[in-house]
Amino acid sequence: MGNFIELVSRDLSLAFRQGMDSLMVVAFFVIAVVLFPFGVGPEPGTLAKIAGGTIWVAALLSSMLSLERLFQTDYEDGSLELLALAPVPLEVTVIAKVVAHWLTTGLPLILTAPLLAVLMQLPEDGFIVLITALLLGTPTLSLIGAVGAALILGSRRGGVLLSLLVLPLYIPILIFGVSAVDAAIFDQSVRPHLVFLAALLVGSLALTPWAAAAGLRQALE
Amino acid sequence: MTRFSDSQFQGQDLVCVRSERTVFRHLNFDLKAGGALTLIGPNGSGKSSLLRMMAGLLQPANGTMNWFEDDTTEDTTEDMDVHGARLHYVGHHDAVKPVLTVAENIGFWARLRDGGEDTIRDALDVFDIKHLYDIPGRFLSAGQKRRVNLARIIAAPAPLWLLDEPTTALDKATIKRLEAAIQDHRDAGGMVVLSTHADVNTPGAEILNLADFACKAPLDEHVMV
Repeated sequence: MGNFIELVSRDLSLAFRQGMDSLMVVAFFVIAVVLFPFGVGPEPGTLAKIAGGTIWVAALLSSMLSLERLFQTDYEDGSLELLALAPVPLEVTVIAKVVAHWLTTGLPLILTAPLLAVLMQLPEDGFIVLITALLLGTPTLSLIGAVGAALILGSRRGGVLLSLLVLPLYIPILIFGVSAVDAAIFDQSVRPHLVFLAALLVGSLALTPWAAAAGLRQALE
Repeated sequence: MTRFSDSQFQGQDLVCVRSERTVFRHLNFDLKAGGALTLIGPNGSGKSSLLRMMAGLLQPANGTMNWFEDDTTEDTTEDMDVHGARLHYVGHHDAVKPVLTVAENIGFWARLRDGGEDTIRDALDVFDIKHLYDIPGRFLSAGQKRRVNLARIIAAPAPLWLLDEPTTALDKATIKRLEAAIQDHRDAGGMVVLSTHADVNTPGAEILNLADFACKAPLDEHVMV
């Protein structure tokens, strides 16, 4: 456990001192959502209808933006070899890196989301559910993304490849995330959608660290 | 200095295949507590591959590697975490983060292996980089980064040192310090494997020339295993 905290705090201090990553993710998130009112017109009815979906898609894309660097810098400067040789299971290292990634990208997205929901004129009933759904969904995005990030190590143009690998796997999260918000707006039960999001989170928490660690070992050979 | 328990590290009939080319084969090594092994050979003869294989980063295409300690034998290719805990690997990259200070860089790796704050200072002293204690990694020269990387392996003791061209970018005085550190490590019952083109003075080290294990007919013989 001490080692886990050590790993997380190292990644956090790296992220804070390098600084720009979190900021860019949030900026991209805001800009991507702001484009929609320009694209579809500012009628309140239209915007409200697509608000949940727009915010979710933008969150998906911006969370992916920073994934490429999840293992890349450690891979390039040799730290990844040493992490693999450290007396900490590589799976635990993966989880620690994902936690740090979520804290520096997922959490800022969730904090920005209510502002964008106002901009998109999301009905009030949807706010709490949107935040809850993002809280359950964004960690899953980071977990699934970690597998993709491990697989693209060593390839050129990794960023594009990463989106091809990861985006299709994001679809279930998108579906349940958006339908939870819609259910809240139309006064239906949101529980099943949120339970599905929670199930996806628990499932990927159990499976993806092993897949990502296997990908990392492959990259180090 | 901590004494390491009496142990032995052996490899038998190792074969290394990289992208369908046999780099070396029928390679044996035997390393006892306090022993040293110097890997020599031309570029591409597999010195780095052998070191990575010993570290567990690369799986041998054939052959076995065993670690003997306290009457127990363990296949080192099986559990990477257990084997990783008893070795330090210094590769081509120095793993120095530009935004972390020298002390933070070394401290992180040391704490993962339960090293303390005082061992970090001692380790910095061994390679004469105490004055760099709170300098961020991005201001270090190549030689200084290498010294930080070498100080890392002193800061948390592990019996087996795998050093891949450790003298790269080091000045003569620091090579002397490295030689002394290797000698101290061996005196404490540790083992050292190093690959080198330059002269590193390791008295009594066994020399393993990788060229002796090269595949004689590289074109028509793709080893099937």
